[in-house]
Amino acid sequence: MMNNSFAQPMWSNGPSPGQFYNFMGGNAPTQLPRELTTAGPFGTKHSTAAITTGSSVVGIKFDGGVLVAADTLVSYGSLARYQDIQRVFKINNNILLGGSGDFADIQSIKRNIDQKMIEDQCYNDGVIMKPGELASWLTRVLYNRRSRMNPLYIDVVVGGVDETGKPFLGNVDMRGRAYNDYVVATGFGRHLALPLVRERKPKDRDFTFEEATNLIRESMKVLYYRDTRSIPQYTVGICTAADCSIKGPFKVEENWTFAETVKGY
Amino acid sequence: MNCLGVEQFPDYKVPGVQHVDFSPYESNGGSIVAIAGEDFVVIAADTRLSSGYSIHSRDQSKLFKMSPKTVLGSTGCWCDTLSLTGLVKVRMQMYEHTHMKTMSTDAVAQMLSIVMYNRRFFPYYVSNILAGLDKDGKGAVYSYDPIGHCERATYRAGGTAGALLQPVLDNQIGYKNQNLPADQLPPLTKERAVAVASDTFISAAERDIYTGDSVLINIITKDGVEERKLQLRKD
Repeated sequence: MMNNSFAQPMWSNGPSPGQFYNFMGGNAPTQLPRELTTAGPFGTKHSTAAITTGSSVVGIKFDGGVLVAADTLVSYGSLARYQDIQRVFKINNNILLGGSGDFADIQSIKRNIDQKMIEDQCYNDGVIMKPGELASWLTRVLYNRRSRMNPLYIDVVVGGVDETGKPFLGNVDMRGRAYNDYVVATGFGRHLALPLVRERKPKDRDFTFEEATNLIRESMKVLYYRDTRSIPQYTVGICTAADCSIKGPFKVEENWTFAETVKGY
Repeated sequence: MNCLGVEQFPDYKVPGVQHVDFSPYESNGGSIVAIAGEDFVVIAADTRLSSGYSIHSRDQSKLFKMSPKTVLGSTGCWCDTLSLTGLVKVRMQMYEHTHMKTMSTDAVAQMLSIVMYNRRFFPYYVSNILAGLDKDGKGAVYSYDPIGHCERATYRAGGTAGALLQPVLDNQIGYKNQNLPADQLPPLTKERAVAVASDTFISAAERDIYTGDSVLINIITKDGVEERKLQLRKD
């Protein structure tokens, strides 16, 4: 055998008779993430359902910014478990995030984003993240998780303004499906609030701030009346070039006098 | 059972262990039609993004401009469409930086096939049609299946209404089974290609609930990409 040569001997790392050639060239395969390799008696079980859930998030774009609203309930199945938890977050001076789905997964991704914002600030270069960039980042994180069959059970609304003050409103779901529109909604809001807002959209222009606020108020009212996993209290995030903050909590204007007239049950 | 070095659930039922019911795929609907002519190519796609009975957006373009001469239409699982088109764009930029030239339509077509086949055992759940001008300036249409099989054609329909639209194109563009001698086939003009593509979408919107809202039509010639929009029924 040659012992003064760097050349690989012929057929080293070759397959045993009857086996296939290993094209990795004998290199160890890349280490899989720990959650995929932790051995249990039957392998690893990934989360398959949301436990503590937030219901709808509604976002509306208007001529100078966006509004994102969600009620303050986090349910545990059909139990209205946590009734005063905000689900609309201010990420930085340009970004609002509304989260629905598994609240633990929302908190987890929120921690990741907050850490990113701190890193962003540490660079001290005057460059801050825009809503479109966060939405794009979220698609990559969520798509990767779904591809590993270990998804984050969340459906988020990302809203905000870019450096020119142009509004952005988008939605990213647990698979990484993403789109932008003048109105986005998750959960029951997709069935109840979305048609309500689309119906009132003028063809030739954006909503005004006043129209958008009224639509949010109306949407949250309809959602409270018809979504069993909701409560009559919500917060609204507003993001414009001048201001990015969370308002509220507000109360839904309840009126149950009609209930006396309901017959037939 | 061992798969890719990961210990999986055993194939037999184990008491108390629930199986994963998460599906990584979702059909988000949409249709594409592409028609190639002698020195042009027309590609059209609707703008509805839906899942089940919900319409997420009525204004989502499914046409991706890859280069001044190439447009990719992609429908199916929207998250896969986003990932795939993103990856192809990155690789086209890498090509441009290493070779100091833009990728030709034929090269993009070949690369797309390879990129898709890379995920042979966890495919991108997408229906792709690539339209562009080839090296000779002729119109080219390439169509794909989700695992990367690629075929060049002169016209093709894809997406949720693909099976509805293709026979119309066979009749109106391909003149199939009409016993016309080759020299008597009427030449395909740009206007006729656009008209036929528009009509197929108007028809598809009648019967396919995943196709509607509006159609974006891209007309690719040596002078660039002309964009047109046509409104469809929105119910």
